Amino acid sequence: MLVKTVVTTLRRALGALFIGLALTGAAFAQQPPTLKIGFGMSLTGPLAGNGKAALIAMEIWREDVNAKGGILGRKVEFVYYDDQTNPSTVPGIYTKLLDVDKVDLVVSGYGTAVIAPAMPLMMQRNLTFMTLFGLNVNSKFNYDRYFQIMPAGPEPAVGWTRGFFDAAMTLNPKPKTIALVGADAEYPHLALEGARTHVQRLGLKVVYDKSYPPNTVDYSPIVRAIQASNPDLVYVASYPPDSAGMVRAANEIGLKTRMFGGGMVGPQFAALKTQLGPLLNGVVNYELYAPELSGKFPFLDKFIARYQERAAAAGVDPLGFYLPPYAYAMMQVLDQAIVATGGLDQTKLADYIHKSSFDTYVGKVNFAKNGEWAVPRVMMVQFHGISGNGVDQWKKPGVLTVLEPNAYKTGPVVAPFQDARK
Amino acid sequence: MRQPAGDPRRFRFDPMEITPALILNAVIAGLLIGGFYAAVSVGVSISFGMLDVVNIAHPAFILVGSYIAYIVNDRFGFDPILVSLVVSPLFFALGLGIYRVYYVCFERRGQESLRGLAFFFGILFITEVALVLIFGVDYRTASTAYTDTTLRLGGIDFPLRLVVPFAVSMAMVAGLQVFFTHTFFGRAVLAVAQDQLALRLMGVDPVRIKGLAFALSIATASVAGAFLIVIQPVQPSIGREYIGLVFAVCVLGGMGSIWGTLIGALVLGVAESFTSTFVGPSWAPAVSFGLLLATLAFRPSGILGR
Repeated sequence: MLVKTVVTTLRRALGALFIGLALTGAAFAQQPPTLKIGFGMSLTGPLAGNGKAALIAMEIWREDVNAKGGILGRKVEFVYYDDQTNPSTVPGIYTKLLDVDKVDLVVSGYGTAVIAPAMPLMMQRNLTFMTLFGLNVNSKFNYDRYFQIMPAGPEPAVGWTRGFFDAAMTLNPKPKTIALVGADAEYPHLALEGARTHVQRLGLKVVYDKSYPPNTVDYSPIVRAIQASNPDLVYVASYPPDSAGMVRAANEIGLKTRMFGGGMVGPQFAALKTQLGPLLNGVVNYELYAPELSGKFPFLDKFIARYQERAAAAGVDPLGFYLPPYAYAMMQVLDQAIVATGGLDQTKLADYIHKSSFDTYVGKVNFAKNGEWAVPRVMMVQFHGISGNGVDQWKKPGVLTVLEPNAYKTGPVVAPFQDARK
Repeated sequence: MRQPAGDPRRFRFDPMEITPALILNAVIAGLLIGGFYAAVSVGVSISFGMLDVVNIAHPAFILVGSYIAYIVNDRFGFDPILVSLVVSPLFFALGLGIYRVYYVCFERRGQESLRGLAFFFGILFITEVALVLIFGVDYRTASTAYTDTTLRLGGIDFPLRLVVPFAVSMAMVAGLQVFFTHTFFGRAVLAVAQDQLALRLMGVDPVRIKGLAFALSIATASVAGAFLIVIQPVQPSIGREYIGLVFAVCVLGGMGSIWGTLIGALVLGVAESFTSTFVGPSWAPAVSFGLLLATLAFRPSGILGR
């Protein structure tokens, strides 16, 4: 009797369990799968500061999209790995993302050095590849599904460096000689290539054209050699630690030239802005945003406020003027393309991105045939009136003059460099 | 201006005017940076040169020193070099602990060569990740009253951000040399480097001596770290860039020789400075390591090695 009761109870329990599981499964079946976007990002290594800042921006975008119900009804999920700012890790990361994690889409990590090694795999799989701040990467690959969000224009190396030379040519009398110097690394080489194009176009005489190893500690011998060649202009293409070294050395030696700077990575970020402080006075360098222009990018201001809240906790660039808005915009382009094409067909996505115009936080974006911005929009600014090393002076207008492009110009260049430093 | 046929991206240009001031500035800049190299390398000279402990994690300890100097400088405004001197006993204690682990796990079992190397590699990477987690990945620097000041004497520049580390480095290296040659403990360390068995027969425990000497080498990393953050901005992975340099200086100067390390560092600094000024900075590492190879070819034990 007892055995019969136990068996009956067990049968009922199993039946209830089966029905419960079936109902749960049905509920799960109603949820569309998440839309997985995969990428490698520099979370350690020399460019980790930028990589983490970009990741914060992309996560803000994901939250915004998911709050609106996702893309095509699918919640967005990120699958990402730390590329350690090491190009050799990149092919493995993307292979794993595609073959093991089975992501639906991939985008790039930050920078030329980690975008280039992903390209062969993207081409092999015919994937649409949205990329973040690679300089002139597609000039070697000519891949028709490559898109790049940095506003360097269809001839990236040339567009990237144009502002410095255009600003220099407003000087009276016009400069005649130039020194070119940069680190032995991917980005500086490409930037110097662009600079050389302008040098030829403008008929400038090159009096110094050399590169230095990235682990250089003291830059004063380099700046002294530049001073000995007495150039009117000094174009520098460098990464953050060497940018700091070059600016310090130029101040210590009292470099006498008419314009100094151009392609230095680093002064766009709060870390170097606050470290160098008044040493940046007089330097002419590229920027992608200036508080002086906040009225022209109203949505961007809202984004930057949200970014700045999170950046402080993450220990990354507390200003976020340079990379984060473009990381967000890159995802906006992808979002709009998926919605418009109604799916993840890579051919349709690439075709749509080629022929469409996108409204993003950084403005209207159109892509040229090679996947770069159709019209360049790199700003050349001159630093002035910086006092002390506080970060707040950088959050409001007052310490930058926008020299180029003309549409955003807020004032003329002050020269020579030794006077502009004061 | 004309483009050379071989390399269309580069321009040829007139050679610069070489003046006595340019030469003197190159020498001074080389000596100043050499002083920094000496501070960075002297710890490895002790651990690797004298104790046969391949402490490849030494640059990581230097970075820890940089970050401690940074955080105290940032919060309280104290001079980073002063901070490093104050916290160097903590580094000494850390060194004692690390050597104990190394001895018990590897050296005592005769597995110090390969597994010991892996141990220090592990410490290097763990330290780097820990710094990333604690401080984030942004570049950090310390501000001092002298960082942005340059003295100019007769056309020669003396940037104080290099002069102050140079002066403290010279004092540290000279102090270490006196310590190793004029104290019982110092001579015991030199004896460990030569013959551990003989030292044991003299009634001295070589393991204890090695532990204390290793701890001293780690203590120097605290000071070198402060120099680093005064000279340039740092981020957690920058230590890797110094691994080659510290071992090159150590070998060039002569294994286990403190004066040799100083001379090697100064020679390397001046060679780099001259090459950067008169030939081109991209040649600097080639010239430095070429110098190292030439020294080893003609004097395999290094400049002052025995």
